[in-house]
Amino acid sequence: MFGTFFITGDPLILGAQVSIGLVSLAAIFIVTYFKKWKWLWTEWITTVDHKKIGIMYILAAILMLFRGGVDALLIRTQLALPHLEFLHAGHYNAIFTTHGVIMILFMAMPFMFGLFNIAVPLQIGARDVAYPYLNSLSFWLFFIGAMLFNISFVIGGSPDAGWLAYPPLSELSGSPGIGQNFYIWGIQISGIGSLASGINFVATILKMRAPGMKLMRMPMFTWSVLASSLTIMFAFPILTVTMAMLFLDRFLGAHFFTLDGGGNPMMYVNLIWMWGHPEVYIVILPAFGIFSDIVSTFAKKKLFGYKSMVFALMSISILSFFTWLHHFFTMGSGADVNAFFAITTMVIAIPTGVKVFNWLFTLYKGRINFSQPMLWTIAFIPCFVIGGMTGVMLAVAPADFQFHNSYFLIAHFHQVLIGGVVFGYFAGMYYWWPKMFGFKLDEKIGKWAFWFWNIGFYVCFMPQYALGLMGMTRRFNNYDTDLGWLPLNIVSTVGAFIMGLGFLFQIWQIVYSLRNHKKEKTGDAWDGRSLEWSIPSPAPMYNFARLPQVSSQDEWWEEKERRAAGVPVEPAQPLEPIHMPKNSGIPFIASIFWFIFGFGLVWDWLWMAIPGFIGIVVTLFARSFSFDTDYYIPVDEVRRSEEAALKGAK
Amino acid sequence: MSQAVSHGSHGHGHDDHGHHDQESLKVFGFWLFLITDVLLFGTVFATYIVLHHNTNGGPTPKELFEMPGVIWETFILLTSSFTSGLAVLQMHKGNKKGLIGWLIITVLLGLSFLTLEITEFVNMANEGATISTSAFLSSFFTLVGTHGLHVTVGSFWIIGVIIQLARHGITDVTKRKVTITSLYWHFLDVVWIFVLTIVYLWG
Ligand code: HEM
Ligand SMILES: [Cu+2]
Repeated sequence: MFGTFFITGDPLILGAQVSIGLVSLAAIFIVTYFKKWKWLWTEWITTVDHKKIGIMYILAAILMLFRGGVDALLIRTQLALPHLEFLHAGHYNAIFTTHGVIMILFMAMPFMFGLFNIAVPLQIGARDVAYPYLNSLSFWLFFIGAMLFNISFVIGGSPDAGWLAYPPLSELSGSPGIGQNFYIWGIQISGIGSLASGINFVATILKMRAPGMKLMRMPMFTWSVLASSLTIMFAFPILTVTMAMLFLDRFLGAHFFTLDGGGNPMMYVNLIWMWGHPEVYIVILPAFGIFSDIVSTFAKKKLFGYKSMVFALMSISILSFFTWLHHFFTMGSGADVNAFFAITTMVIAIPTGVKVFNWLFTLYKGRINFSQPMLWTIAFIPCFVIGGMTGVMLAVAPADFQFHNSYFLIAHFHQVLIGGVVFGYFAGMYYWWPKMFGFKLDEKIGKWAFWFWNIGFYVCFMPQYALGLMGMTRRFNNYDTDLGWLPLNIVSTVGAFIMGLGFLFQIWQIVYSLRNHKKEKTGDAWDGRSLEWSIPSPAPMYNFARLPQVSSQDEWWEEKERRAAGVPVEPAQPLEPIHMPKNSGIPFIASIFWFIFGFGLVWDWLWMAIPGFIGIVVTLFARSFSFDTDYYIPVDEVRRSEEAALKGAK
Repeated sequence: MSQAVSHGSHGHGHDDHGHHDQESLKVFGFWLFLITDVLLFGTVFATYIVLHHNTNGGPTPKELFEMPGVIWETFILLTSSFTSGLAVLQMHKGNKKGLIGWLIITVLLGLSFLTLEITEFVNMANEGATISTSAFLSSFFTLVGTHGLHVTVGSFWIIGVIIQLARHGITDVTKRKVTITSLYWHFLDVVWIFVLTIVYLWG
């Protein structure tokens, strides 16, 4: 049994096992040595504070960016030279599969939820999200799902049927091992968490806004979160069902997507893309929101075309549900169907174009400040424009017969995913970093990171457009010298490593700034416009000592103008005790049971899955039966903490 | 910016305010959850509709379904929806005993529905019609089973609420829980009507 349990025989994997073992031991040793277990439990693991949950999400996302990035470098190394014996075919399949899954589901998604958590309640003048306990549960479900997926590398074997796991490859007939089970349960568990987060943020934005904050006064990031969360609510149930059906096929011998028994693999392809296409908009919409906020803050101007921005966000989120078929134009749906989906896909370019022009008009004649968040925003615009144009090229159904599954496509989607999503979230991270931790990240090291990422990006992916047109298709690990692809592949691999350097510089930037930062005292690090900049950094646990009364868009900016103009300030309202949720260990414990349940099902071990399931039910009941879930922060304590923040500011 | 005037406008005592909003906020969240559940069922229905002709030489819907049992199931579930409505009525009257009584009846009806459904499934399996027989049966068991699973969850949930009502009486919190479970229960009723029409009558 252990022969199939632990993966052995490959030096790469042995290396991974040893390093995972060492890192875990080191972590346990450090926490024990500094006697931090209790602190870890009470301050972080059981926390229901959205700001801390946000930080944990972002930390996890950076770890996963590392894992996914190492996968990417392995892929590119293999492709650098023809007939390289670095990764053999099976291993290569596993690596591009885990790379795709990890980057989208375990890097982009948590990064996004992290930023939601950090910024949304503060932007709308709320003390919390709508369901803080559920928020913590969402995080732990994501985390456990990601861990379950990641251990497949050393235990049992990774999935290798591609990031969307088309049947029959992902069926028992195509993937008889257990790797595909890890895929199903890793995604299923974290997906439930994502769905819950979607609901949470829709409710937060619709119901928790400060008095006077009408919908049309919300900051653009909050709008984009609303659009993205609504899309999550409509897309993720489809994923849940699809994964469940694939599981039934594999576990109980059902015939949803099998080639025999009347199953229909094409239905899987439809279902997975009905989730998958909206999914890419789920991750890009918040990036649009981040850029909008940053552009107006750093150009010190009101955002150009606010209403059209809102309209663009909402129409993109709706249209994203009507384009899924463009992912399989070549599968014989017929000309009419292809034409319909080609047109709906191209229509999305219109609202997207509107947004780009609005950003440019906002920047026009602005007094632009080129700090870190703005740099990444500037880099994003041309990158996204090129990526969008190649996307429209792919949307031309007849032309797609040429581009389909070629490196042209790989280059396109990395351009929008890296240039749009990753750059966007980096911009957001740099922008809200002072709000999270009370200091800015070092500019100088950041510029190095910025240039490595940007140059590396173009060096890596521009050659891939050409390679695609030269006929190089995706997902193979070998090519012949006489095809003439060698030079461009070498260049591309060099570019990938330059991006890797960019990542290392970012880590250095964070470590360096942790040691050598200057405290950011005003709370308003960038001379901002929305409410999160009106309170101290890092924000106190209750966010706002007194709930703000909002009377305009860019409320905090207007307030600063009013103060400068000497408009008399109303006397402060008396403080009141603040109602807060209590910490809870249940989300973490419940997620552990989810892990046991999922791991048991991965191995078909009912003796393990059943106790896991019972544990899940018991923890649900335990929560339902605990009535003592909140408390009040007394006025004295609020006053003390506000005074301390004021003193820090002086 | 100025500050929001103290939200004491609720009128009642301090411990209570904020709490009140919390409960209605949770009901709102439950509505959002129901939307996602509609989509979940929608996807399962769609697969059933696509696959229900793919019988792979196995039994067809016509040969398989026994209408009397299904009519009973329908009747029992509709009645349970009615009794859960009566429970809510008693709750608004402040009658704890009546509330608990009707909830117990609701759960009992739910459990009888499940018994009938499980018997039906077992009979089918004995006739060789299992989830692995054909794509039609895979989608049939998954669709009807998903509904059954929801009824199971609902039954346990209501039992939990009954215990809490017995312990704490009718409070804001238990009221909200009763409201949510009864919403859920009515929702399952509506889904069943679709199951009845699309699976049993249409088949
Ligand atoms: C950091 C630099 C990155 C590099 C150098 C890189 C490189 C690659 C390469 C070489 C492939 C495989 C092509 C093939 O299958 O032959 C690939 C696939 C893929 N990448 Fe990346 N990638 C990077 C970042 C990202 C990011 C940030 C995302 C998403 C947010 C992403 C998503 C994907 C997906 C979805 C696939 C498809 C996997 C599949 O074919 O199943 N990548 N990447
Ligand atoms: Cu698409």
